[in-house]
Amino acid sequence: MIRIDHISKSFGDKRVLDDISTTFERGKCSLIIGSSGSGKTVMLKSIIGLHEPDSGEVWFDDVLFNSADENSRKRIRSQIGMLFQGSALFDFATAEQNVMFPLDFFTDMSYEEKLDRVNFCLHRVALENVNHKYPSELSGGMQKRVGIARAIALNPRYLFCDEPNSGLDPLTSIHIDRLIQEITREYDITTVINTHDMNSVLEIGDKITFIYQGQKKWEGSRDEIFDSDCRNLNDFVFASKMARQLKEHQK
Amino acid sequence: MFKSLFTQTGRYVLFMGKVFRRPEKWRMFARQFINESDKLIIDSIPLIALISIFIGAVLVIQTAGNMESPFIPKMYVGYMTRESLVLEFSSTMVCLILAGKMGSNISSEIGTMRITEQIDAMEMMGVNSANFLILPKLLSCTFLTPLLMLMSFILGIIGGYITVVLTEVINIADYVTGIRYWFIGFYVTYSCIKTAVFGFIIASISSFFGYYATGGSLGVGHSSTRAIVISSALILIFDLILTKLLL
Repeated sequence: MIRIDHISKSFGDKRVLDDISTTFERGKCSLIIGSSGSGKTVMLKSIIGLHEPDSGEVWFDDVLFNSADENSRKRIRSQIGMLFQGSALFDFATAEQNVMFPLDFFTDMSYEEKLDRVNFCLHRVALENVNHKYPSELSGGMQKRVGIARAIALNPRYLFCDEPNSGLDPLTSIHIDRLIQEITREYDITTVINTHDMNSVLEIGDKITFIYQGQKKWEGSRDEIFDSDCRNLNDFVFASKMARQLKEHQK
Repeated sequence: MFKSLFTQTGRYVLFMGKVFRRPEKWRMFARQFINESDKLIIDSIPLIALISIFIGAVLVIQTAGNMESPFIPKMYVGYMTRESLVLEFSSTMVCLILAGKMGSNISSEIGTMRITEQIDAMEMMGVNSANFLILPKLLSCTFLTPLLMLMSFILGIIGGYITVVLTEVINIADYVTGIRYWFIGFYVTYSCIKTAVFGFIIASISSFFGYYATGGSLGVGHSSTRAIVISSALILIFDLILTKLLL
């Protein structure tokens, strides 16, 4: 479980995160939603330590991450898998080398064992015969899959995904969402996903946290979202005609 | 301006502190070192070879053209060509050229990795990205660029020899005598030391600007340009300092 207590973050005079507290449970897909510029990515990066929060606490199970020493942080980080918005695959490495990268660094496995693990992870994300392809030779959806394979290579306890569906067509988006959900359940991972894709919210959102202008405005399950009286949330979620029709249909 | 200079210098020092750590996996470090040496040093050989041969040839013609006096022995053409090559061209000029080639290569590569979150991905995994990405480049440029200098020196002399043979601007015997005349071995050492320092400057400055690139592809281009300009300026400043200290 990950727990954040009253975290705030400012860049200069601009307060990007304002006293946010929440928890992300194990074996569940927790979604952080909000419009562009609402502070979702800063929140995610503050949780994983790519940004230092100005105040507040970030707990990974029983470890206070943001004031832990370098070794403890390193240990926690080796248990974190992360899928970046643009996949962030290493350009200089093939798909196989990308997935093998964390294994090279954090395990003492033999090359054969690492290769087995790489093939298992690539197979798990439904990718075959891409081992020797470079990221530039892969489609956007395939890159995301390789990114997921790399994220799960070390059997992480925590998985973070920053807008996993950005730039993907609706069908591929659903495949990626389901894949993340399956992996979360299968390995009992604490998964935190940043998104503004409403399909994802309705497909896999076990718990949803809505951020508006750096503040947590609403929290609940995907079923509760239809009954929410939070105006900012309704404006965001039901912005499209289709979403409004769906809400009417649900009622 | 001074505030910015001090801020950047401080950041550079902290950055170097992050780079100079013990590699986490020596096997991966060795692999990176070989890859970087291939990309930065071996790939530079054709360019340096071409330039050195032609500069050697031009030096012979220009020096011969300026030594019309019958009181100056013609063998001094060979002597001056050798001295020009070893003292300045093969070290400083070659490194200024390398600042453009290797500097833009390093800063654009690291800058692109920064803006596409590849560096964040490494940091996320708990990998010291500065150490993993930059230390192999830095060591490769520092310790292998002197080899390029030696190659440039030899090829410059060969270029001059070819010109003498083809144009008969002076006698071959005079040229060879001049090349062998009053050779001071320390000049080669001095040139190697300069080149190693310049190699360090090129790699560290270019990596620094790439590592802190912001603002998308335009920002990468901007950081690349700054890296080349500042590396070149520092090469000239350190050329003066090292020459004063060593000669």
